[in-house]
Amino acid sequence: MIRAFVCVARRDLALALRRKSDVANTLVFFVIVTSLFPLGVGPERSLLHAMAPGILWVAALLASMLSLARIFEPDFADGTLEQLALGVEPLSVLVIGKIGAHWLLTGLPLTLISPILALQFDLQPLAILALCGGLLAGTAALSLIGAVGAALTLGLRGGGVLAALLVLPLYIPVLIFGAGAVGAVESGLGAQPHLLLLGAFFLTSLASAPWATATAIRIALD
Amino acid sequence: MLEAVSLGCVRGERRLFSNTGFSVAKGQLLRITGANGSGKTSLLRILCGLLTPSDGKVLWNTRPIGEQREDYHRALTYVGHLNGLKDDMTPHENLAVASTLAGCPAGRSARRDALAGFGLAHCADLPVRHLSQGQRRRVALARLALQNPSGIWILDEPFTALDAEAVANLSRIIAAHAAAGGIVIFTTHMEVTIAAANIVLVNLGQQADRA
Amino acid sequence: MTTRDSDTYYSGNASPSAAKHRIHWFHYASPQTFYPLAGRLIPWFAALAVLLGAAGMYVGFLVAPTDAQQGDAYRIIFLHVPAAWMSMFLYVVMAFWAGVGLVFNTRLSAMLATAIAPTGAMFTFLALWTGSLWGKPTWGTWWVWDARLTSELILLFLYFGFMALQAAIDDPRRADRAGAVLALVGVINVPIIYFSVIWWNTLHQGASISMKSAPTMAMTMLLGMLLMALCFWMYSIATILARVRCILLERERHTDWCMTELRGTP
Repeated sequence: MIRAFVCVARRDLALALRRKSDVANTLVFFVIVTSLFPLGVGPERSLLHAMAPGILWVAALLASMLSLARIFEPDFADGTLEQLALGVEPLSVLVIGKIGAHWLLTGLPLTLISPILALQFDLQPLAILALCGGLLAGTAALSLIGAVGAALTLGLRGGGVLAALLVLPLYIPVLIFGAGAVGAVESGLGAQPHLLLLGAFFLTSLASAPWATATAIRIALD
Repeated sequence: MLEAVSLGCVRGERRLFSNTGFSVAKGQLLRITGANGSGKTSLLRILCGLLTPSDGKVLWNTRPIGEQREDYHRALTYVGHLNGLKDDMTPHENLAVASTLAGCPAGRSARRDALAGFGLAHCADLPVRHLSQGQRRRVALARLALQNPSGIWILDEPFTALDAEAVANLSRIIAAHAAAGGIVIFTTHMEVTIAAANIVLVNLGQQADRA
Repeated sequence: MTTRDSDTYYSGNASPSAAKHRIHWFHYASPQTFYPLAGRLIPWFAALAVLLGAAGMYVGFLVAPTDAQQGDAYRIIFLHVPAAWMSMFLYVVMAFWAGVGLVFNTRLSAMLATAIAPTGAMFTFLALWTGSLWGKPTWGTWWVWDARLTSELILLFLYFGFMALQAAIDDPRRADRAGAVLALVGVINVPIIYFSVIWWNTLHQGASISMKSAPTMAMTMLLGMLLMALCFWMYSIATILARVRCILLERERHTDWCMTELRGTP
């Protein structure tokens, strides 16, 4: 079981590294969106400082969502997804491998680049730490929930926009707790309760999303 | 032994076929014939367990395939309409992933032999995207050489895009698999002579009427 | 041409004894039994909805006393609160039927879920609209980011997602099953979203004008709301049944019983 799981994750990573621009595009999108906000609301420091957690989190959430189509759509088109479904191991295990690869290619880079962007908004070091910690668990939850939406919309016309419509409402708790953690540190409170809730949400998604995704894939292949 | 019991299939608003039943024993070949749109691919996908039939069930060793997914998938190799290959990976890598997923990881030499058996030795390390349609088809079929020797092969138009030599080669391989106690279920619109003792024909008939 | 009498997608899987038992249990779940039954029930539920609605309006607008602080503007809660109740309740009912359809492969339950979604979305929208109409005179603004209004808005998004997904899928069976997965994922998330929105709201106390400042309830007010809630309930049943009948006719139009139905019985 571990072997098939690792095999799928490694395959997705290897494929992504052969098309590095896809990974880079997600990061560039993240950077550009966060840079647009000061242009929209004005350069006033205190205002931007207050909005920073929300801006960074919304941008990270959109960047993670935009790359959802990469998880299953190419495999669906070339027939490798049906080979996964016919594999010996349970599809939900293989799905976790694919989602894990997606997180390593989007969530982790977003987390790593976020401190630089946070500095642009004048966040204090502890708040940056809370941002990174939140993004680490939060983007993993985003990948898990997003995979359900991506699997449900496989092969549909306008699947990308539809997937966004389906998953964005489900992303709300991650946004609230993630941005809340940064905001709490900034206002002198501890980020711990937010981060713990974010972790709990991640575990809940880990328990339910792979099953739902595997079911949705079987429905799409049917 | 693989049995189909009164299978029916409705796709969208069309009833493709109903009350289709047959059984294939070890060592037998089953060729499914029928006009375009008569549901050949759907029937194969039902036999794989990818598609849920509208009626009926598929039994393997007298038990429904849904109840023994892992064992059934271990025995099954499906080469579908789509090749199931990653364009950015080489045939070698594609086979490595496919064999691991099928539960019997193949070493490099086994993969090399499988590819050589389908005349692909010279392009085993090129990305699949540089291969021709016929070569891609042969990479997909090379999976057959790596998996369970007495398993079930379900092949959807396996001869498509192959040249005459490759067609003859695949026919030999299919006959050998059946002779070794395997089961092969396939569709083809080409007239192919397969030197096997035991071929069963199932005809799905003309184009389906409405459900 | 074959007519499938069975209620399930794959009747072949049932063992004979189970099938015999199920014929009773699912008798009314068979489309051709359900269709005329629903047709007979709709007028009754519609009539009840009108009667209860009239009684509720009477209590709400004429009997209930004018609120000391808010004047007559508060009377919109007779629509607002029952609509909000219905919007949440219908989402759970929709997810329930969708789940039943997914697990037991029953066609009719999946159709019920499809039929519930527009009514649920309508009540969600009504709750938002009346909430904002109430907000203008009470808070001086059309919209506040109150926890309940915000979660109601998110609920509307969830309804939209369900309907958009089903509309995007051509094959009705895939639409049913994909919608069911989404509804189930949604129903797990609804309480999480609700509590996270409350948490978010209490952390940002500044703008918080809570609906909890609603007037303390007099008995007549409660009665009015209950009557309106019952009216909405009856209305929902009537419209959902009518919608299921349309979906049934559309999906089964090639079966013998539908052809007879469409030609009109002499």
